[in-house]
Amino acid sequence: MKTAPLALAPAARPAAAALTPWGLAAALAAAAVVLLLLGLAAGAEGWSFAWGDDAALISAIRAPRTLGALLCGALLGLAGALAQGLFRNPLADPYLLGSAAGAGLGVVLVLAAGGLLGASMGLAAAGALMRLGLVGAAFTGALFGMTLTLVLARGAGRPLVLLLAGVVVGVLLTALADVVILLSPEALRGKQVFLLGSTSFLGWSSVVTLAATLALSLPLAVLLGRALDALVLGDDSAASLGLPLPRVRLALVLVMALATGSAVAQAGLVAFVGLVAPHLVRRAVVVRHGPLLGLSALAGGVLLLAADLAARSLLAPRELPVGVLTAVFGGSYLLWLLRRRMAS
Amino acid sequence: MRTFAELMDTSDLPSPAVPKARDGGAALQARGLLVHLGGRRVVDDVSLVLRAGEWVALVGPNGAGKSTLLQLLSGLRVPEAGEVQLAGRPLAAWPLRQRAQALAWLAQQGEADGDIAVRDVVRLGRLPHQGLFGAPDAADEAAVSAAMADTECTAWEARRLNELSGGERQRVLLARVLAVQAGVLLLDEPTTHLDAPHQRTVLRCLAQRARSGAAVAVVLHDITQALAADRVLVMDGGRLVADGAPRDAALQAALVAVFDGAFSIEVVTAQGRPRWVAVPAL
Repeated sequence: MKTAPLALAPAARPAAAALTPWGLAAALAAAAVVLLLLGLAAGAEGWSFAWGDDAALISAIRAPRTLGALLCGALLGLAGALAQGLFRNPLADPYLLGSAAGAGLGVVLVLAAGGLLGASMGLAAAGALMRLGLVGAAFTGALFGMTLTLVLARGAGRPLVLLLAGVVVGVLLTALADVVILLSPEALRGKQVFLLGSTSFLGWSSVVTLAATLALSLPLAVLLGRALDALVLGDDSAASLGLPLPRVRLALVLVMALATGSAVAQAGLVAFVGLVAPHLVRRAVVVRHGPLLGLSALAGGVLLLAADLAARSLLAPRELPVGVLTAVFGGSYLLWLLRRRMAS
Repeated sequence: MRTFAELMDTSDLPSPAVPKARDGGAALQARGLLVHLGGRRVVDDVSLVLRAGEWVALVGPNGAGKSTLLQLLSGLRVPEAGEVQLAGRPLAAWPLRQRAQALAWLAQQGEADGDIAVRDVVRLGRLPHQGLFGAPDAADEAAVSAAMADTECTAWEARRLNELSGGERQRVLLARVLAVQAGVLLLDEPTTHLDAPHQRTVLRCLAQRARSGAAVAVVLHDITQALAADRVLVMDGGRLVADGAPRDAALQAALVAVFDGAFSIEVVTAQGRPRWVAVPAL
């Protein structure tokens, strides 16, 4: 075989990308730190930087909520980047794929079941069972919703068909969740949280669950990132590279469902973070899927944290559900994307 | 209990060395291949041999079964009957990763789409060598650089794949295939979308790979280009109807017949050698 002089120098940065991946990571990390500090200061009565006076309030409410928003957003950003790579579809997103709605249904079902159990075995025991069951139910529901969407769309090949199928599945599963809520008053509390998306109930136990899920799913996803790179060539070409595609794909789908499920179990249906975060990263840098997954998680965290801050402070002392904000901004972004796709 | 990495890896244990087929040896051999699609015999009892050191053109009218045959030869599709052997061993018996090191396949244009950088696309050609979790070494990067130089796409190695024109993209995807440095190359219409100088670059490059010991099979639509190959396989209606050197009169007759007399084949002398060209019968 012909050999060529060694060329190990990294590829020059393209004119289109103003940032290196590390530069973007540093910028996002800095934004996350600033937003975290602001999150500790944002209260029902405006901003307060007297950390000492508010210590109890901060450690009980603001700190877990702020961290939880960051982690939830990271999981959603990761799930979105995974979905877009797996289905080779720039419009894929856990919310739009029906997997978030499926997770929501799973959560509502567990809440309702927990209510029934609570009547017979005491609230404390039921509560422990529920915490265990919530993530599992959300995970299963996420897989179920996504499978339904993929079956309906006959695969992920056609972006707009997939989008439509995802919307239909989302409406259907959300309606089912509504019925469960109607029948079970215990699940009522969940209604606002899970159908609108809210970060206001995030406590330390949520933070631990979210952090554990992220610590598990992010490395797994990044490890399999090269398979997503190979999928860029198409299924057959990826298979011709000797990849065990069915196994890798299954692993990636499970990681995505885990990330989506645990985010939804804690914060409900937060829309569009998973769609927007990877898009913003892709516009800023040219990267492979490994770094893209990490950066999307970081960007998702920053986005949801910013949205959470806005939700807390825009109408203070009243509070907007964060899902409403992300739906407004993310929905506008999707509209813009669709317009651009139609034009080209 | 196997680790996660093991579960995702396909480099099976004792490594049977990647075949270094000798010139003239059968690198790839197919016997009695059969595939039905929609009730039609798309590949019908096809047997053939691809030899190391030889580049073979595969031609035939639209729908003749060329792409399907190439997929069968590469193991991407399993025949209903018949068998393909790579270096004397059935394709199905090869561990996926070792097979991918020994045999590289280029898809027909169209499927690849994404915004990763050009050089990262070409680097995918080294995946069979590195495995999903391996890191590239100097040899990998050298193979990538050589492949990009061969297809003349080094200049835009940092651009995104989906920002390229059709012709540029085709050269990048070809570089990806060359970077594998496989002993068997199966390419589905690699010259589509390319202008004349780049078609020449690609064909020269493939011929050169054959000279250095690879078995190369290429689906081509341009008959004159196909007649520059070492050997031409003609397909029609799923069957292999002719197999011979370009100078072979029977082969030329079969070609003209299969394409409904759309051209005649003439001999000219170019660069001091006889060459056969297809002249459209208008």
